[in-house]
Amino acid sequence: MSAALLVEVLRHPAGAARLNAVGWNGLLAAAKAERLTGALAFRLEGQPVPGAAGPVLADARADAAREAQQALWEADRAAAALHGSGVRPVLLKGAAYVAARLAAGQGRFIGDLDILVPRDALDDVEARLMAAGWEWAKPDPYDDAYYRRWMHELPPMIHAERDRMIDVHHTILPLTARPTPDAAALIADAVDIGGGLSVLSPEDRVVHAVAHLLADGDLQGGLRNLWDIHCLLADVDPARLEARAVRHGLLAHVRQARRLAAGLYGAGSRLTPWDRIIVARFLARDGWGRETRKALVFAFYLRSHWLRMPPLMLARHLWTKWRKGHRPA
Amino acid sequence: MRHALTLRIGPATFRIGSAWRAPLAQIAHLYAAYPRVEGAIADFTVRLQPTNMLRRWVRPSIFITGDHGLADAAPMSLAHGLLAAEMGMNLQMALGWRRHLLLHASSVEKDGRALVMTGESGSGKSTLAALLGERGWRLMGDEFALLDLECGAILPFPRLVSLKNGAIDVVADAVGEARMGPLLRATAKGDIRHMIPRDGAVSRMDEGATPRLLLFPRFGHRAEERAVGQGEVFMRLTQASTNYVAAGEAGFRALTRFVADVPARAVDFSSGDEAIAMVERLWDERA
Repeated sequence: MSAALLVEVLRHPAGAARLNAVGWNGLLAAAKAERLTGALAFRLEGQPVPGAAGPVLADARADAAREAQQALWEADRAAAALHGSGVRPVLLKGAAYVAARLAAGQGRFIGDLDILVPRDALDDVEARLMAAGWEWAKPDPYDDAYYRRWMHELPPMIHAERDRMIDVHHTILPLTARPTPDAAALIADAVDIGGGLSVLSPEDRVVHAVAHLLADGDLQGGLRNLWDIHCLLADVDPARLEARAVRHGLLAHVRQARRLAAGLYGAGSRLTPWDRIIVARFLARDGWGRETRKALVFAFYLRSHWLRMPPLMLARHLWTKWRKGHRPA
Repeated sequence: MRHALTLRIGPATFRIGSAWRAPLAQIAHLYAAYPRVEGAIADFTVRLQPTNMLRRWVRPSIFITGDHGLADAAPMSLAHGLLAAEMGMNLQMALGWRRHLLLHASSVEKDGRALVMTGESGSGKSTLAALLGERGWRLMGDEFALLDLECGAILPFPRLVSLKNGAIDVVADAVGEARMGPLLRATAKGDIRHMIPRDGAVSRMDEGATPRLLLFPRFGHRAEERAVGQGEVFMRLTQASTNYVAAGEAGFRALTRFVADVPARAVDFSSGDEAIAMVERLWDERA
């Protein structure tokens, strides 16, 4: 299994020296599929790599540098759009890791810009972003209404000129999910990084990454998110993290993420049977970059909907989406 | 995957996996003169996989993907498997190549200087490059011209030349059947037939050339020629480049230099002979 090889090399980069060409092809294909090529390239810096692999890794480093630059520019534009509103946006995920110069930001793939703002400021933030050139990316009225009523973020917006997406969050889990993180505390304890921007506190960064990985979504891209968590854990005090996780109602999730991160990327840990099922899902990727274990992957897809909403609401939602022609990938 | 081969074209190495034998057998045959690099570490992985499990056997249908893919890529019939493999490689280059500025253009070389031709599908750039390649020019590529970010040279990417509809017979008559691939009927872009470049195009595929003339060919119009201003050239080339944004500042500098150094002409023509006469005359005027 190629994903297992990717995990092995991220944990122990010197081991890459033992790989043959088949191993390298599998490693690179898995890293590309998991969007971990940049992180892999940074981990392998200073290690001897075969001549043909060097340029692929150099490309990944250059891509990461460009994405970091673009993400910082988007963050700067969002801060400029909100200047004078009294709202200091909190950067989340990739842009935050890069802006705060964290290890988790090294080589990280960055897609959309994610920001967190107080819920009672949403209308104002939305109006100011629209005035600064962002527009709705999803014209469907059902999707729009769904986001506004049930999600933890506004419907995604895209900048008309720069073609970059922004997700404006007011908390870190859908309102329909069972745990209810304390959004006000996330914002109150955010750390100012200058330029009209801030990032979550070190403990809240972990809690957010964990919520995103284990309490929401189908574990697609899970290896990348777990790598984030592994890197973020280096900056936190375990006792303070536990206290913070309790406050956000995510203690069990945070503990599980610590076991998984240590088990895959760290010094090892004692995994529960449920942990092992998640690991099996994480590692469902072969030497051609193909997803394997289709049934398990689909089960986690179903679970992601189960986590997001109560059964009756889920049934109604799936029925509506099906009628609109949506089919699971 | 069940069937696999590794192929190098210019600076890029592709590992192609397929659920079916036929597409790779055709690729192996048509690329027989290219360097054998089986087992090499590849820049890109290409996958030709069934659109779903049933479609491996029943009315086989190919989903083209790999390191880079498009979720909504149209499925292709196994009868067009050769084209699927070619499209799979193009897709990786278009979305993933970072070491040069990629121009959607054909190019040919003479005396160490390159003629670059860019235009939409159907403009005649592939046909023109193929014909020139039989008349004393070295074919460098019919789909992508690679602009070096440091030195400004054009580097070859001489994959099979993809010919469509009316161009097929014109080129087949010029090069002979032995260098033509199978006729692929009724693809999304009409009938397609691939042509194997001449030996020199393949053996010298690591050899770049200094760009000297840029043309915007347009087939199907009365013969005419006009100058194209640098601003228009720049804008059209950014549109013709799939990685201009990804190349960042280096891409901007390389393209600015190209536009400043290389004279550009738009040429309309109604036949291959007419086009070749225009190209040779423009080239000699720049000598």
